[in-house]
Amino acid sequence: MEKKTKRRDFLFTATYAVGAVGVGAVVWPMIDQMNPDASVKALASTEVDVSAVDPGKTITVLWRGKPVFIRRRTQEEIVEAKSVKLEELKHPEKDEDRAKNPEWLVMLGVCTHLGCVPLDQKGDYNGWFCPCHGSHYDISGRIRKGPAPTNMEIPEYKFVDANTIKIG
Amino acid sequence: MSEHEYTPKSKVGKWFNDRLPLLTLANHLTDYPTPKNLNYWWTFGGILTFCLITQIVTGLVLAMHYIAHADMAFESVEHIMRDVNYGWLIRYIHANGASMFFLAVYIHIFRSLFYGSYKSPREVIWIIGIIIYLLMMAAAFLGYVLPWGQMSFWGATVITNLFSAIPLVGEGIVTWLWGGYSVDNPTLTRFFTLHYLIPFLILGLVVLHIWALHVPGNNNPIGIDIKKPSKDTVPFHPYIVIKDGFALLMFMIVFAFFVFYTPNILGHADNYIEANPLVTPAHIVPEWYLLPFYAILRSVPDKLLGVIAMLSAILILAALPWLDTSKIRSAVFRPLYKQFYWILVADVLILGYVGAMPAEGLYLLIARIATAYYFLHFLVVLPILGFKERTTPVPLSITEPILGGSPNFAAVKKKDDFKDQ
Repeated sequence: MEKKTKRRDFLFTATYAVGAVGVGAVVWPMIDQMNPDASVKALASTEVDVSAVDPGKTITVLWRGKPVFIRRRTQEEIVEAKSVKLEELKHPEKDEDRAKNPEWLVMLGVCTHLGCVPLDQKGDYNGWFCPCHGSHYDISGRIRKGPAPTNMEIPEYKFVDANTIKIG
Repeated sequence: MSEHEYTPKSKVGKWFNDRLPLLTLANHLTDYPTPKNLNYWWTFGGILTFCLITQIVTGLVLAMHYIAHADMAFESVEHIMRDVNYGWLIRYIHANGASMFFLAVYIHIFRSLFYGSYKSPREVIWIIGIIIYLLMMAAAFLGYVLPWGQMSFWGATVITNLFSAIPLVGEGIVTWLWGGYSVDNPTLTRFFTLHYLIPFLILGLVVLHIWALHVPGNNNPIGIDIKKPSKDTVPFHPYIVIKDGFALLMFMIVFAFFVFYTPNILGHADNYIEANPLVTPAHIVPEWYLLPFYAILRSVPDKLLGVIAMLSAILILAALPWLDTSKIRSAVFRPLYKQFYWILVADVLILGYVGAMPAEGLYLLIARIATAYYFLHFLVVLPILGFKERTTPVPLSITEPILGGSPNFAAVKKKDDFKDQ
C-alpha cells in the first residue's frame, strides 16, 4: 500500500530540521572555543633588530611561538642558492621568490614534515638538517632530501628600515 | 547473564535486590563459570584492571599538586618530586604505571592472538578492546606532555603535526588542536583536561568489555566451546580470584622493581629539561610502547602515506576477526599459524627496536621490511592460512582427554608444553 504524506510526517520533518539547527548552534561554540583566541591572535607581529648579524650567521627569533630563522647569507651562498636548477627540486621555488633581498633569508624554522626545528649549517646541502626524521634543506631552505613535503615556509615580513625586520 | 535464578537469603537483601539487583550481579560475578584449563596468560585481564585503578588513583593525587600552565607545569612537577610528601613515589608509580599498563596490555593482546580469542562469538569484546587500546595510547601521549619537558613539547609538536598530513583541512585542524600557532599554553591546558577525562572513558569501556565477555564466557587454551556450568568449568570465586591474585602479586614485584630501583629507565633524560620552542632535542623518540608504530610511520618516505600506514597498523587489528579465516581458535591445533604467530611477535619487536634507532641506512631498510611483513601477516598470510592449513584434531571437551578416551591426546599434551613457557 502506498504511503500517503500526512500532516504528521510534515511535523516530524520540521521538528528534525529545527532540532538539527539547534544542535548545530550549540555544538559550534563548543568546537570553535578551541581555535586561537583573541589574546593569541594579538601577538601576531614581531620587530627584530638585525644590525648585529654578520654575514654567514643565523639568528633565531620567536614569532607566534615558532622559531624564525634570519640568515645573512654570504656571496657564495647566494650564488649557490641561485644556481640550483628548478628540475632538481621536490618543491620548485626560485631563490628570488624566497629571499626578496638575497642577502637576507627570513623563514619559519619549522620542518614541514612534523614541525621540529632543523639544525643550522648541517646536512648534505649546506643548509639545514632536521634531526627528527632526517630532512635536508638547502641554503634557500628548500627541501632536497627526506620526508618533508615542502620547502620551509616564508612568513610575511618587511624591512621597516635598513636594520629592522618586521615579521607578521 | 546468570545461568540460575538467585534469591538473597536475608529479608533485607531480598527487599533491596527486588528494587536494584546488585546482589544478583555480585552473585553472577562470583559464580561465573570459568574454563578450568585457563593458564597464567589469562590473568592479565585482572592485572590490567589493577593498572587502570592505580593510574586513576595516583593521577587524582598528582592533579592536586600539578599546575597546568606553560610557565609553571615543569616547576610544579619538580615541586611534586622534591616538596610534596611522598610526591616522588606517587609520580614514579604513575609514570612507570603507564609502562606497566602497556606491558600488560601487549601480553593480553598477544594472548588473544595466540588462542584466537578474537574469533566468533567474541568479536565485540575484541573491538571494544582495540578501542580501549587506542584510548590508552591517547591518554599516555597526553600525559607525557604534561610535565612540559623537552620531550613533552616536541613529542606534542610531532604528534599533533601528524594531522597536518590531511589534505586541505590539515593545517586548520592542527591550529585548532593547538589553540594557537604552535604548541603552547592553550595546548597544555586542553591536554590536561583530556588526560583527566580519558581514563574514565576507559573505565566505562572496561565494563562493556567484561559484560561482553560474560555473554559467551571465556575462551580457553584449547579454544573449544564449552558448556557452562559443567565439569569443564570452575566458579570464578575462589578459583580464578586466587589465581589472578597470585599473578597480580608477581606483576607488582616487577612494577615495584621499576618504581624503586630504576624509576627513570623507561623515560628520557631530555624530559628533565624544560620545554624550549627554539631547540629540538637531537634525537626524538616516543615512549617504548609506541615505538613499533613510530617505526612504521618513519619507514614510509611520504608524509601522508606514512601517517596512513601508522593508523592502519592499529586499525587493521579491528578487522582481525574477519581477516583470520580459520575456524579453529587456538594455535595449539594450528601448526603453521603457530609459526607465523612467533614471526609476527619477532616482527613487532624488531619494529620496536628500529623505532628507537635513527631512521637511516640499515635501520631504515629493516624498518621497511618489517613494516611490509606486518601488513603481509594480516592481509595475506592469515586469510590464506585459514583455507590451506591442515589443523590437528581438536578434543571434544577440556575434561574428556584427561580422563581417558581422548580422541587426540597428543594435541592436549602440546597445550601443556606451551603452558610451561
